[in-house]
Amino acid sequence: MFNKILIANRGEIACRVIQTAHRLGIRCVAVYSEADRHARHVAMADEAFLIGPAASSESYLRADKIIEVAKTSGAQAIHPGYGFLSENTDFAKACEANDIVFIGPPASAIAAMGSKSAAKAIMQDAGVPLVPGYHGADQSHDLLRVEAEKCGFPLLLKAVAGGGGKGMRVVESMSEFDEALAAAQRESKNAFGNPDMLIEKYLTQPRHVEIQVFCDNTGDGVYLAERDCSVQRRHQKVIEEAPAPGLSDETRKAMGVAAVRAAQAIDYVGAGTVEFLYDVDGSFYFMEMNTRLQVEHPVTEMITGQDLVEWQLRIANGEPLPLQQDQIRLRGHALEARIYAEDPDHDFLPATGTLRYLRTPEENAHVRVDTGVVEGDEVSIHYDPMIAKLVVWDDNRERAINRMVQALEEYRIGGVKTNIRFLHALADSAPFRNEELDTGFIGKHEALLFPPARLDENLGLVLSACFFLLRSKAEQTLPSDPYSPFARQNSWRLNSEYARPMTLLSDDVQYPLSILERDEGYDIRIGDSCYDVRATLQDDQLQATVNGHRFSICGDLHQDQLVLFHAGETFHCAQHREQYGLEDQTSEGGLQAPMNGSVVAVLVKAGDAVKAGQTLVIMEAMKMEHAIKAPANGTVSEIFFAEGDLVSEGAELIAIELDSEEAA
Amino acid sequence: MTQLQSKVNPRADEFRANHDAMAATVGDLRDKVAQIEQGGGPKYQERHLSRGKLLPRERINALVDEGSPFLELSQMAAYKVYEDVVPAAGIITGIGRVSGVECMIIANDATVKGGSYYPITVKKHLRAQEIAEQNHLPCIYLVDSGGANLPRQDDVFPDRDHFGRIFFNQARMSAKGIPQIAVVMGLCTAGGAYVPAMADESIIVRNQGTIFLAGPPLVKAATGEVVSAEDLGGADVHCKVSGVADHYAENDQHALQIARSCVRNLNHRKDTGLALRKPTAPLYSADELYGIVGTDLRKPYDVREVIARIVDGSEFDEFKKYYGTTLVTGFAHIHGYPVGIVANNGILFGDSAQKGAHFIELCCQRKIPLLFLQNITGFMVGQKAESDGIAKHGAKMVTAVACANVPKLTVLIGGSFGAGNYGMCGRAYSPNFLWMWPNARISVMGGEQAAGVLATVKRDGMERTGETWSAEDEKAFKQPIIDTYEHQGHPYYASARLWDDGVIDPAQTRDVIGMGLSAALNTPIEETRFGVFRM
Repeated sequence: MFNKILIANRGEIACRVIQTAHRLGIRCVAVYSEADRHARHVAMADEAFLIGPAASSESYLRADKIIEVAKTSGAQAIHPGYGFLSENTDFAKACEANDIVFIGPPASAIAAMGSKSAAKAIMQDAGVPLVPGYHGADQSHDLLRVEAEKCGFPLLLKAVAGGGGKGMRVVESMSEFDEALAAAQRESKNAFGNPDMLIEKYLTQPRHVEIQVFCDNTGDGVYLAERDCSVQRRHQKVIEEAPAPGLSDETRKAMGVAAVRAAQAIDYVGAGTVEFLYDVDGSFYFMEMNTRLQVEHPVTEMITGQDLVEWQLRIANGEPLPLQQDQIRLRGHALEARIYAEDPDHDFLPATGTLRYLRTPEENAHVRVDTGVVEGDEVSIHYDPMIAKLVVWDDNRERAINRMVQALEEYRIGGVKTNIRFLHALADSAPFRNEELDTGFIGKHEALLFPPARLDENLGLVLSACFFLLRSKAEQTLPSDPYSPFARQNSWRLNSEYARPMTLLSDDVQYPLSILERDEGYDIRIGDSCYDVRATLQDDQLQATVNGHRFSICGDLHQDQLVLFHAGETFHCAQHREQYGLEDQTSEGGLQAPMNGSVVAVLVKAGDAVKAGQTLVIMEAMKMEHAIKAPANGTVSEIFFAEGDLVSEGAELIAIELDSEEAA
Repeated sequence: MTQLQSKVNPRADEFRANHDAMAATVGDLRDKVAQIEQGGGPKYQERHLSRGKLLPRERINALVDEGSPFLELSQMAAYKVYEDVVPAAGIITGIGRVSGVECMIIANDATVKGGSYYPITVKKHLRAQEIAEQNHLPCIYLVDSGGANLPRQDDVFPDRDHFGRIFFNQARMSAKGIPQIAVVMGLCTAGGAYVPAMADESIIVRNQGTIFLAGPPLVKAATGEVVSAEDLGGADVHCKVSGVADHYAENDQHALQIARSCVRNLNHRKDTGLALRKPTAPLYSADELYGIVGTDLRKPYDVREVIARIVDGSEFDEFKKYYGTTLVTGFAHIHGYPVGIVANNGILFGDSAQKGAHFIELCCQRKIPLLFLQNITGFMVGQKAESDGIAKHGAKMVTAVACANVPKLTVLIGGSFGAGNYGMCGRAYSPNFLWMWPNARISVMGGEQAAGVLATVKRDGMERTGETWSAEDEKAFKQPIIDTYEHQGHPYYASARLWDDGVIDPAQTRDVIGMGLSAALNTPIEETRFGVFRM
């Protein structure tokens, strides 16, 4: 076995690989970019090398630097993880040329699967089922009718030159065929100048079911069951599971055999995944093969009890397959949810920021968290915004879903927007529980996946007020005089009482509250509603009884910003305080970066006279452009960043000397 | 420590009757305070608010730390003293935490007679300064006052403890390192101009605050110069030209924020110097004090029942429990602070006075603050007592109380009569704080006794001239005396004249004392040197 390997990746997969390698007594070399100096994978590795700036193209994609690090450090093999260089034939070749084992398939296998059309041709030759249809050049009407009959209905007519749905028709039966064909051809000719059509079987409710395969150097191959990845959003997998619900043993075997055959057709070695479209009638068709370890491999590990990274390492080391096909047994059901830094309420825009608060569910035989970040880490614009993979296992699917729902409620992230609430709604939705899976799941059930908040607004405010009050009490004691009644912050008044005001800001709306503290609790008023509250706070855990209803809730308070975590939801609010100060108005207008991002364009140069409202700098952040405009007439005195620079929120971008009032 | 076991039965008729009577008395107090909190009333408050100013209590709420308690002093000041109604004497004083520092806050109420200084206003202002000086509390003056009440100038201006003393105190406190901060939120005319001018740091609100020795009318009269108040002494003048003020504020809220930041920069340290103990609540409800004490001073009760409802965990280590039993002495903690408690449990005899002197010496030696719970009709009189030397024994206790340099806090929980008041640290003995319960009475002797003494003197005189005095006449003679004593001995009468620092709800006693101790401990406890004890 190797005694030292290099992991040419970052994030959770790098950590995942290091974990297994360490268990096998293999030392690990990490590589990192400037943005990842303090990353978890760097800390976990036995040694780590800086390979370049944050941008992947200058670091994690630099095959030359990585090979150099492997040689310098004496690593015998390179694990590429997924993404980055994992399916790069040149890199695989470069490893070979430098006598370093590439932990993955031979370069030829990668190349063979790199082109989708070529891959399909290989698969057709190997007898792997493809979506039935006709792709021929002969476009005679009669032939097309014959091919249509052969293909079966419903079928899809597609313009060969097409795109964007033009020249495309779903045809339900032969009787509709002629008319549909004529229309599609007409449309296609008009749109693309080419009436040629191809015919494909139309899958009404296709599912994405993929088979995990492994091959060793002797040509032996096995399959480790399947994963159902039907729940996708824009081809991005959201929740994966194994085994695929409702898949018969016969179909599993048929798919597995076909997948192994596919792998063997290209002399595959190592871990690979053969993706199929699976139709309601049990038929399945080859889509593509991924020549790497998949993101969602943990669900396979959970139901097979195998460590796929260990398999990769052993096979790369020239060992035979650890298990034969008949030794591979499946147990229970596993689900994986991908926790992303993104904003489901704004079309899933990637989110960035600091993971200020991070609490994960407790890991045990049922719950597994694969992650590459720790509290305080930055989710930057440079890399994939996946925060973690939450994996659960139980005896059956229903229980596994319950585990998933519970674990998502215990996954609490503050500081960065996440899709946790969306995942929670998805996993807990009736159609998901009822196995109504297909690749259109999210689009079809959108209404269910964005449910209204379960925490009543006022209740959220009351609980937030408790959190603010109790946290402030915990903090404001003088060490030399900890018990003074003056420190109790109970707004005590002699022979009287005082309900202190507190203004909370939620969704840009100000809510005035009044809080009267009694010996045992608080009377909190919001408008006409009064809440009788008793509450205690232990670190970040709030125990509160509001009008007799008891809550146990976690919260993260950062400066005046509070996030409460309640049953997979978050409630955000801030304590609003008026700020005054004529004396301290130094900077006028927003010449600071509104958020982390990069400078796309600098439209002025030092010395330029600018007018109020003129755009000075354009920034891109979270895939949106933001114009930084001049607050008033003035002259640009200095520009602190250049195009392409990355800037942090609040950074001064440009200095302007404003014209004096008299001159304006 | 020893836990006190309560023996009262809250279901007993007497307890319930007591409770009802005291609850009614406390209710009356709270009603009066609620009225006083309305300041000059809706009309003047609205006018004040329409100028964009905050009401004085709002200013205090905005000045203190969020949620900070505010220990208001002398709420009943000037109550029924003048024909004019002058709620709280037109000035709100009290202690609250500002930026973590306990501060004395002195706020004029411009809705009450323009914030002008009546004689009691002056007395209340000076008392607040005295407390600040004794307890090393930074002073924050929220100034909004037209100055001295001109019709009463003879009782406001000339004497030692009149208006001028305010500035004397400011200078002396500043010299002692007790910070003086003034926030000019309204008029600061003539003598009043010296409050910000004498302060270490001052803040002024633009278009609201003005500081000048003579206002526009007087200037016009004196020199013919016509000038607006803002141009004469507004924020712009004083922050940008004259330098009389240091900080320029947009409005009241802003000014108070600046004041908070001034306090943050005081480099103030509080070191209690005491062995603190994490506080626990008393075992028994403070509300039961009502049922134990009631309002009839003649009904005796064990003062330990009171102590059990004030001290941490109802824990009380008694000293000399079986000696001089009419005085209860012992150690306890209140809100974590150690205290020595001296509490009356009957009339003072020679032995109890000696025990008291002994215990006070112990506390001074150990630098433990003293709490006096006064319920005393006086020292024992009569031939036996005199021949036993009650005068010299009483003198020992008075000497000990007078010389004790530890923080002293006194609560009048019942009667406070005659020399008992002295031995139990009455106002003349400069306790750091002195409060009264609403059932308490204070006078040189009880009304009945005073009437009896005066009647005896009169009868003796009449008998010498051979006149006779019918029982009816005697009763008619005595009743007005009794009534006068009752009237003048009432806590409202006392508090109106600043004989105390406030009338307090018995149920709040523990908190009030805790805050008093907390405030007092801003001054390091000094060594005590006692005078000659007559043996």
